[in-house]
Amino acid sequence: MTLLRNRLLLVLSLLAGFAPGLAQAHKFWLLPSSTVLSGEGDWVTVDAARSNDPFIFNHNRMGLDGLQIRAPDGRTVAPENLQEMEIRSVFDVQINQPGSWKIAVVDDGLFARYERNGESHRWRGTAAAFKSEVPADADKLRVSERISRAEVFVTSGAPSREALEPTGRGLELVPQTHFNDLYAGETARFTLLLDGKPASGVDVEIIPGGGRYRDALNSMKLRSGDKGLIEITWPRAGMYYLEASVSDQQTSSEAASQRRLTYVATLEVLPL
Amino acid sequence: MRSVLFNHRTRFIALGLALCAQVAIAAPAARLGIEIPRLGVAEYHPPYVAAWIEGDGHRVAANLAVWYQLDHKGGEGEKWLKDLRQWWRRSGRGLEMPVDGLSGATRRPGQHTLVFSAEDNALSDLSPGDYQLVVEAAREVGGREVLRIDFQWPPQQAATLSARGERELGDITFELIP
Repeated sequence: MTLLRNRLLLVLSLLAGFAPGLAQAHKFWLLPSSTVLSGEGDWVTVDAARSNDPFIFNHNRMGLDGLQIRAPDGRTVAPENLQEMEIRSVFDVQINQPGSWKIAVVDDGLFARYERNGESHRWRGTAAAFKSEVPADADKLRVSERISRAEVFVTSGAPSREALEPTGRGLELVPQTHFNDLYAGETARFTLLLDGKPASGVDVEIIPGGGRYRDALNSMKLRSGDKGLIEITWPRAGMYYLEASVSDQQTSSEAASQRRLTYVATLEVLPL
Repeated sequence: MRSVLFNHRTRFIALGLALCAQVAIAAPAARLGIEIPRLGVAEYHPPYVAAWIEGDGHRVAANLAVWYQLDHKGGEGEKWLKDLRQWWRRSGRGLEMPVDGLSGATRRPGQHTLVFSAEDNALSDLSPGDYQLVVEAAREVGGREVLRIDFQWPPQQAATLSARGERELGDITFELIP
């Protein structure tokens, strides 16, 4: 049964594009219908997908098991109309509280590769499930910890900061310039955190959406500076994909020797 | 009874004196003209319009007017206030709508004039300095336009400043009365 289940997981994780060791992992991203709202109780619908091209649905849905919606008062809110479809997932959120909301899909767990009876296996799951699901006597066992976050931010009325507080785990971005106060031609400042502490010297890539309609990717590459500072001057209005990733050995599970951390945010820049 | 009448009378006298005093001091005032152009489009909705005064660093020194769909069912008219993007960013998102003396219904195409007397908080609270008048319009199934007019407050002499829109706004005039 365990073997079958592991095989199933292997197939599922391959399907979901989770398989490590592939030279190029697909990007994962959320795409909100709006980020700045007025009035009361308006709705936002959010797409979630994995693909090489930000905001273009051409590969696979993003699983939503790790979906976390934090309202301005800090409470967790359940999504509505959640559906994991073929090449995208989707859910709705009623923005029924003024202030800023954080919508995140968090993937926090272990990834294992091992051999047993001459066959190679891949396993993915929580640290708690690891002991019972991965045979202790497996050959060539290699375990890594993976924490990835994809986030979007929505503000109704005046921006607030409570829901944007970092969790202190993995790579995260905190605003100096509010995430819903971004305008073409202006410079935004954010702080990149690793386990809640400023992370300097981390590569960050920013890709504007709409890549299908131009020849160049127009990606902006920068590195977080002193105290984790990132400064971005937005060339034009639109949706932007921001990604940062690092690897280290600061694992929280004894079983894992390596840790891979990825942070992705989708940011909307408005015209002046 | 007599004392009540007397009180009324003294109040009237006091008011008259106050008005005389203000006329005598000749506190500055302003007249804002906003033209909403007549557009030959199949589906026309009057635009949302905001007018405000900005100081240094786009700080909002005064809100002059916001015209939007006030009576829409369930406050749905407020849903589109964010489309007045600059006003929403600079001021609107921090306000509890509607605001007395500021909110108004959308207006049809034509010339509209707003008079701000010296007693209006909008002007009386302005400290002397350089400002920009900003008028922004956003129209459902239409576009958006923002016009800006530089001015000094208080005005040294009577002047009528103007800007001309190209799409969603017509002539904007700002008459300064010292």
